[in-house]
Amino acid sequence: MDGVHDLGGRQGFGRVRFTQGATAFHAPWEVRANSLYAHAVRLGLFNMDEYRHAIERMDPRHYLTASYYERSLTSLITLCVEKGVVPAEELERRAGGSIPLASPSAPGRGNASARERLKPGDRVRVKPDSVPGHMRMPGYIRGKAGIVVSETPAYPFPDAHAHGVPSEDEPTYDVRFRSEDLWPGSAEPALVHVGVFQSYLERA
Amino acid sequence: MPDTNRVVQRTASVEARVDAIQSAFDERGLKASEAVEELGHLAQEKWIPENGARVVARAWVDPGFRKRLLADGRAAVAELGLAMPRHHRHLVVLENTPKVQNVICCTLCSCTAFTIIGLPPDWYKDLEYRSRVVRESRTVLREMGLDLPADVEVRVWDTTADTRYMVLPERPAGTGEWTEEKLASIVTRDSLIGVARLEAR
Repeated sequence: MDGVHDLGGRQGFGRVRFTQGATAFHAPWEVRANSLYAHAVRLGLFNMDEYRHAIERMDPRHYLTASYYERSLTSLITLCVEKGVVPAEELERRAGGSIPLASPSAPGRGNASARERLKPGDRVRVKPDSVPGHMRMPGYIRGKAGIVVSETPAYPFPDAHAHGVPSEDEPTYDVRFRSEDLWPGSAEPALVHVGVFQSYLERA
Repeated sequence: MPDTNRVVQRTASVEARVDAIQSAFDERGLKASEAVEELGHLAQEKWIPENGARVVARAWVDPGFRKRLLADGRAAVAELGLAMPRHHRHLVVLENTPKVQNVICCTLCSCTAFTIIGLPPDWYKDLEYRSRVVRESRTVLREMGLDLPADVEVRVWDTTADTRYMVLPERPAGTGEWTEEKLASIVTRDSLIGVARLEAR
């Protein structure tokens, strides 16, 4: 989905709030939220693609203002409610207030019907696909051409795996793009490498 | 006229939401409190940048290990007793040179090889880094204190799949006689992400 989570290349954001040796956690509840989501994945209550997608399904206003661990917590709670692990009413009673959940999911999709094995040096183009469900194609590479650098082991196909749609695992390709091709006339020179699922690619 | 039947409920604090799901899990026998104890310990004491620092130091002193690390990161870090989660099927190690600076990010969420380079710092997960580093990498790096000469090529790696990345920083000059342990002590998490270069100190 073309959600607000898809941040690569968005303009208008200010300086990175960088400090040397910045910590991962700032409060004890963050450690607990992180542990609880990891525990739920370990228990098999949901998979990583479902987890990521539930973050993306958050109300944009909430997503943009929530901290990383609040997004993580919202995904955890949303999935537990959707899968019937714990009813929302019970959680709100326990919390003593309302609990914001992510919006419902749209249908997913299976692998592309024609997928091609690619090799380093192949010139490829990212398909112009846009889906209402989960996908791991950042918007800034859609329709863009690049060069295959390497192939990875096969992974679950996110567009399916986040929605319980049957699919085959497929490799991703490390595709090298030029920043000037991604944002003509308005990017600083760099090579941008993206791990692109086979279903998203065609030969250029 | 105020609507007296309308119940206005305050949004629960994040702490209260965590308490709610943790206690609901516990009551269902899902052992959340034990998991919080165990995984909290791992996240704070075991999944730390010192792991990546050991990997880097070994690669600096052992050319055979360096070669194996660049060929298959996951297998090579396992030689040092370091594990990665099952879904991280591939670790790609990106070698910096005097003319190449590799930088990692995750524009769609905040993925990292967290068992190796540590859980990501706050700024890595912020909207600013995620939006800007792919498009204006040099400016972002300069703002973060890394002013690269114009002839250094910047390679940005967006973690969009479950392949994970780690930067192999350059070994600083003047460290020829150093032990592996001393070398590891100067490797920072920021250098493993690629937003800093290292100096002997």
